[in-house]
Amino acid sequence: MNPHRILIGFVLAASLSGMAVRTASAQEAPPRQHWSFAGPFGVYDQAQLQRGFKIYREVCSNCHSLKLLAFRNLADPGGPGFTEAQAATVAASFQVTDGPNDQGQMFQRPGGIADHFPPPFPNDQAARAALGGKLPPDMSVLAKARSYEAGFPKFIFDAFTEYQEDGPDYIHAILDGYTDPPAGFPLAPGTQYNKYFPGGAIGMPKPLNDGQVEYTDGTPTTVDQYGHDVAAFLMWAAEPTLDTRKRVGFQVMIFLIVFTGLLYFTKKRVWHDVLHHPTG
Amino acid sequence: MSGHSTYQPHSPFMQWFERRLPIAGLVYSSFVAYPTPRNLNYWWTFGGILTFMLGVQIATGIVLAMHYTPHVDYAFNSVETIMRDVNYGWLLRYLHANGASFFFVAVYIHIARGMYYGSYKEPREVLWILGVILFLLMVATGFMGYVLPWGQMSFWAATVITNLFSALPGVGEPIVTWLWGGYAVGNPTLNRFYSLHYLLPFVIAGVVMLHIWALHMVGQNNPTGVEPKTEKDSVAFTPYAIVKDGFFIGVFCIIYAWFIFYIPNYLGHSDNYIMANPGQTPTHIVPEWYYLPFYAILRAIPSKLLGVIALASSIIILAFLPWLDTSRVRSANYRPLYRQFLLIFFAAVIGLGYLGSQEPSGGYVVAARILTLYYFGFFLIILPLLGLFETTKPLPHSILESVLRKGVPIGASPPPPSGAPG
Repeated sequence: MNPHRILIGFVLAASLSGMAVRTASAQEAPPRQHWSFAGPFGVYDQAQLQRGFKIYREVCSNCHSLKLLAFRNLADPGGPGFTEAQAATVAASFQVTDGPNDQGQMFQRPGGIADHFPPPFPNDQAARAALGGKLPPDMSVLAKARSYEAGFPKFIFDAFTEYQEDGPDYIHAILDGYTDPPAGFPLAPGTQYNKYFPGGAIGMPKPLNDGQVEYTDGTPTTVDQYGHDVAAFLMWAAEPTLDTRKRVGFQVMIFLIVFTGLLYFTKKRVWHDVLHHPTG
Repeated sequence: MSGHSTYQPHSPFMQWFERRLPIAGLVYSSFVAYPTPRNLNYWWTFGGILTFMLGVQIATGIVLAMHYTPHVDYAFNSVETIMRDVNYGWLLRYLHANGASFFFVAVYIHIARGMYYGSYKEPREVLWILGVILFLLMVATGFMGYVLPWGQMSFWAATVITNLFSALPGVGEPIVTWLWGGYAVGNPTLNRFYSLHYLLPFVIAGVVMLHIWALHMVGQNNPTGVEPKTEKDSVAFTPYAIVKDGFFIGVFCIIYAWFIFYIPNYLGHSDNYIMANPGQTPTHIVPEWYYLPFYAILRAIPSKLLGVIALASSIIILAFLPWLDTSRVRSANYRPLYRQFLLIFFAAVIGLGYLGSQEPSGGYVVAARILTLYYFGFFLIILPLLGLFETTKPLPHSILESVLRKGVPIGASPPPPSGAPG
């Protein structure tokens, strides 16, 4: 067999596939950040989730809903680590719509621990009307709903390096990506230029500035730090079971490797005579 | 070593039972004494892996169905409820979603192995055709399953794929309306997809039984393509094949677990975490990775109707493989030219997969057309002609002989001495 000719065939097919040069996108790829929850032993940083929640509560929640999360989730293991009492206090500070009551009326009451985060607007149309026609996306699974193309061959390496933090990287980049538009960039009224946003023109005004949200634990109050904290919080909101998943994953891996190893030696033993005394 | 013993029940109860329902004997002859060629390599373990994956998908799917709500307003959130509030729901869902991908990984390797070793040739034509039917059923099941989470890609994939039928002249539009159960992809569409997604795996299980039945009728092919002639050419299924399959299922599971636990969303599309919105088309609609080669073939052809015909033909043509290949030699190990054309074919399919994931413009379309041409040319021109002109290598007289020669094909040059030109 001539391996060279096969190789040539592969190279030919591969180069055919890559014949066209991709038109360079105007948008920059978000730089990859360091995350505590990355990698096989990654866990959420409790203090970071608490800071991220503070940012969500003080800034994001003015426009963005978080419908899939309940207040009780704040006290779930692997989360921001609130006690149930603390989560109940947070819940009570929100007004939720309930009803209809005995008079057939909807009414407002303070939130309970089982309630979900109430949306900032009664419905999507109200949000659009208040925000110049743009609907801010719900943030519950936002960190998994945003990505960017790593491109070939990087996307193959990402499977081996366990890179799965494209969502948080993107969110962090967006918060840090407000710059002056390139000369001659046609910016529609009501939009801002963001070098990481697909298409460049983003409807959301720059939400975070240095020093805007107060931290009590001495963490720097910079946009970069805010971006890390709120992106980590949103990753937790999107994937609250990540800690459990990685912990169980390690146990499963150990089991599978040992079990498969035992099967390998069993196979070797069973096949020994067949392979070494083929005519016997 | 003998693979020809028969089931002799010892206990009086089993003797009594066997005279009334000989199921133990059937299991014994099919999964214990069943002779398998002694020279099977690890590419032959993927049949077992596929059976295992079907079991995983059905088991996880049944539990997921207990928590899922097939309604356009609730489907997306019910999947998120599974992820958040159902005990180990995240594990079930990631097992199932990544399970579909790994099911397709295994089936593609299984098909490629069949093509490489000529497993479709006489007398295994029916076995092969049942396999093509299984693949078609898998494609349909996988597609409908992808629609159920009702994310943006679910919705738009359903729209694009069902719209393909509108290309049929005259009957196209009514068929699409009939498939949708309305005038657009909506709640009736989601409901019937859910119903069929639950039904088809059991149809697959039924056809798998026929597939295994047909396999046990004609016996397994093997890397030499030479049929077993004596008892020494075979080993019994238990323990030999079982422990080998078991070991490789373990290896397969390690890779599968890597995806489930560490990169569970790697094979998915982030847009599917956005709830379906009929008013907003995603910038770039792509199917799941395992359909990309066929998607590239569809888009390579400028006419919609011809594109749909090419898409369907690209799978259906596999069923005719036993007759398109005119060579009498099965294994590519003894067919030097076929081997090269086949490896280029595999590369072309991978290339088409890459092109299917890219925007269809400029050079990509040209490349997709060339590779599509090769895809069909391989089946319709290269295979029929190759069998007539190719000089094949001499086959071993028996499996045992090839084993004794340690797999070096007869007539192949011995390993070159050091310094000699290769």
